[in-house]
Amino acid sequence: MMSTHDVIPPRRRALKCLAYGGAGTLFALSGGVLSPIDLATAAADGKAAAQLGKPLFLQISDTHIGFNKEANPDVTGTLQRTIALVNALPESPALTIHTGDITHLSRPSEFDLAQQLLSQLKTTEMHTVPGEHDTSDATVSEYFSRFGKASGNKGYYSFDHAGVHFIGLINVLQFKAGGLGTLGEEQLEWVEADLKGRSASTPLVVFAHMPLWTIYEPWGWGTADAPRLLGYLRRFGSVTVLNGHIHQIVQKVEGNVTFHTARSTAYPQPVAGEGQGPVPLKVPADQLLGMLGVSNVSMRERPRSLMLRDTTLT
Amino acid sequence: MKRMVLLAAGILAASLHASGGRATDSASTIEVSARSFMFSPATLTVKAGSTVRWINLDEEPHTVLDDSGLYRSAALDTKDSFSFRFEKPGTYHYRCTIHPWMVGSIVVE
Repeated sequence: MMSTHDVIPPRRRALKCLAYGGAGTLFALSGGVLSPIDLATAAADGKAAAQLGKPLFLQISDTHIGFNKEANPDVTGTLQRTIALVNALPESPALTIHTGDITHLSRPSEFDLAQQLLSQLKTTEMHTVPGEHDTSDATVSEYFSRFGKASGNKGYYSFDHAGVHFIGLINVLQFKAGGLGTLGEEQLEWVEADLKGRSASTPLVVFAHMPLWTIYEPWGWGTADAPRLLGYLRRFGSVTVLNGHIHQIVQKVEGNVTFHTARSTAYPQPVAGEGQGPVPLKVPADQLLGMLGVSNVSMRERPRSLMLRDTTLT
Repeated sequence: MKRMVLLAAGILAASLHASGGRATDSASTIEVSARSFMFSPATLTVKAGSTVRWINLDEEPHTVLDDSGLYRSAALDTKDSFSFRFEKPGTYHYRCTIHPWMVGSIVVE
């Protein structure tokens, strides 16, 4: 049953999965097919490893180091818990991608603490893109002085790993009226050039802080000029677009492009349009850890596909 | 517009009282609050030479960035403030870079 990834587990097994709580849900990201595979079921069948493939990278997002309000007075603690969880995985991914809002207020002390904590992750490489909370210092220099080298201080860059082409983008420096993020002409031209001549069979992973599709415009949950970006991505057979910003999982599939936003490790936010705005959501203490987490992406060779699994801190 | 100036004057009087009164410094300082994701008053009219002080009353941080780049605050945590003295008459639009739909204007006469 698990050899194909468009099979829905029977209800009996799905119910069994619930007992595992935080085991997570696995998604196959290939050819536009996005289907949850029940991890507990896979484990019960003894085929978990085959289903999960080889760990490719970890996505961590919205750590908001420096936040200390009621929704989570201990964001350092929840990040440490996240790191312990990742370090306990049987096989560590080689890369970590942080999709922004590393800090809450862009203060040097927050960046220093975040770097100190994140350096404890057992991954060899860390790649980042900034969130709007990381570029809110008066000179917009704290993020770039620490993480700007990879992109020549532009904020956007690409690299290859295990046959996958990764593109990090910045959409938090310019805003359209109404608050949607913007990539801008220069960055879009760079993406077009970066992808030119690349084989359509190369799996792409594109990551940025704000969602690269419009989830909820009144709260600025989208990127105004993302449709042009999508135009450059469409010819590729497997495109995974990963974002943060909204502190909850939202997914969409459009052709061969799978969009996914990650949970925060700091605090949840309300569902689009509920309440006064995208403010930290206060939940009972025993529910908080179930709303925080990370995403793991692994690669399976036959059929070649990326697999995405969301894990909470419970 | 007049009503907004009066409202701002009221806030000023309140802040003078709270701080024990530093009349010489504060006489030309007028406050704008950031509360519930809105700048209030959204449009403020002041005399040239006045200082505008933005104070964040939300739990979320806000910033103040002039559209033309004239001034830019660091992130303001709850109760943090940022001040700028307006010397030249004109209309100055600004926004919060963290929540860019939060916009306001300062009209300097």
